[in-house]
Amino acid sequence: MSIEVKDLSYVYSPGTPYAAAALNGISISINEGDYLGIIGKTGSGKSTFIQHLNALIKLQNGSIKVFDIDLTQKKPDLKRLRGTVGMVMQYPEYQLFDETVEKDVAYGPKNLGLSDEEIKGRVREAIELVGLSYEEVKDRSPFELSGGQKRRIAIAGVIAMRPRVLILDEPTAGLDPRGKKDIMSLVKRLKETSSPTIIIISHDMDAVAENCDKVALFSEGLIKAVGTPREIFYNARLLEENEMDVPSVVKIANEMKKRGAVLDGEPVKREELIDAVRRWRSE
Amino acid sequence: MNNVVFGQYYPTDSVIHRLDARIKLLAVILYIVTVFFIVDYVMYAALFLFVILVSVVAKIPLKVLLRTVRTIVFLVLITAVINLFFTKGEVLWAHWKFIKIYKEGVEHAVKLALRLILLMLFPSLLTLTTTPMELTDALESLMSPLKLIKVPVHAIALIMSIALRMIPILMEETNKIMLAQKARGADFDTGGAFKKAKAMIPVLVPLFVGAFRRADELALAMDARCYSSVANRTKYKVMKLTLKDLVASVVCLAVFSLVFLNKYLFPFDEMILSLFK
Repeated sequence: MSIEVKDLSYVYSPGTPYAAAALNGISISINEGDYLGIIGKTGSGKSTFIQHLNALIKLQNGSIKVFDIDLTQKKPDLKRLRGTVGMVMQYPEYQLFDETVEKDVAYGPKNLGLSDEEIKGRVREAIELVGLSYEEVKDRSPFELSGGQKRRIAIAGVIAMRPRVLILDEPTAGLDPRGKKDIMSLVKRLKETSSPTIIIISHDMDAVAENCDKVALFSEGLIKAVGTPREIFYNARLLEENEMDVPSVVKIANEMKKRGAVLDGEPVKREELIDAVRRWRSE
Repeated sequence: MNNVVFGQYYPTDSVIHRLDARIKLLAVILYIVTVFFIVDYVMYAALFLFVILVSVVAKIPLKVLLRTVRTIVFLVLITAVINLFFTKGEVLWAHWKFIKIYKEGVEHAVKLALRLILLMLFPSLLTLTTTPMELTDALESLMSPLKLIKVPVHAIALIMSIALRMIPILMEETNKIMLAQKARGADFDTGGAFKKAKAMIPVLVPLFVGAFRRADELALAMDARCYSSVANRTKYKVMKLTLKDLVASVVCLAVFSLVFLNKYLFPFDEMILSLFK
């Protein structure tokens, strides 16, 4: 068990006319190696929830345990926590600030108090991991890169801290289809190489269905359902009640079945659908 | 960041909130002038009572209103202390080495402190019950005679409203960037002043970059809709005086004129004192 959350609730600006409940008692456990997708409407508490996981938001009610770090304690080891749980916020390219790409990526590891040697190695590795050439970009200003490259550099800045859990808040927002695909395959690569546990928030149901092996549906500060993509995305009523889209693959499969195709199983990924159609055609 | 109440709207939708912003603004200006004419303690008490009554009607908790005074506590204390020690008078109350405290000094100090607090309270009520947008609209409307001498009143009001609109956006942005950098292990809370200032660089640079980007986008968007400040623009919310504005004006004028009556015609303090003699 890598992350254990129990009865977490949170209210913004408590005790003022602006008070707004964001989480109303959430419990979930996330295992090492999970690829968790969090879906839900805007304002359902997704971002508030993930910000709890590396203590960007102070715990009000409930308990959170991240590996052996207990966040209910008065002074949890924040430095170690932030080295363990890496967080890529929405539009992370807007947090770039330093003169050169190399210095910017080194910001996180430096805050962890690593040696210069170690930092240099990690920066090079992180930049290469996100698919850019270290030699080419290291001395350039992050502000002169393209949008997609900026986002990669921002992600590299988090990767360089070598988190065991990587959280990404809408990593594909505002990108073109090609850029989206690139980022999603980058995340997959990161899961295999550096951060075995991934949590993403996404409004892109196709991306969630294609990549995640566990899905949590948020609504009004509660987790309405947790399950495999198959369980969630083939539960038409659940999706409708919470105003969630159905992924294209599921839509196509349902439509084909309705029109008489005999597809075995319930495909959620592109490959699964193609295989099912092939099997049906060859019979 | 959230304890700066001055300039923070407190929505309770009371009668005071719904008053015409121009009336409220004029009342505040008159009030400030009036405060400088107060002589008697009775009138200080009367004005405090007035402010408290208005805040009750506005459904603003007293705690919220008093929080605005906290920002000037230091100023009040310093002025009071200076006046206490450096005012010379006739009746000596205390004498210790070279420090002499006169009756007049004490009176002066107390009155100045009261005056400063009064000066803070009522204008705070204005900003607590009026949105910044209403305020700029009111200013624009009140300044409109200046158009005759070619003052770009509308442009000034526009600049003000954009600036005001940007404050919460920039605050939110600051918050987001700080969170993002915290997630990267930034530490804004420990260390000396120099270290703290240096820790803000990773926040300020993206903030400025973002502010320029936003300004650029806003200008483009306004251009795209052929915005011009010269044209005679209509308003979405037309300000109209109603009966409640009239009532509010009369009440304010009545209370304020009490102060002047007191100063020039009826010294209340003396009258009360003479009753006890």
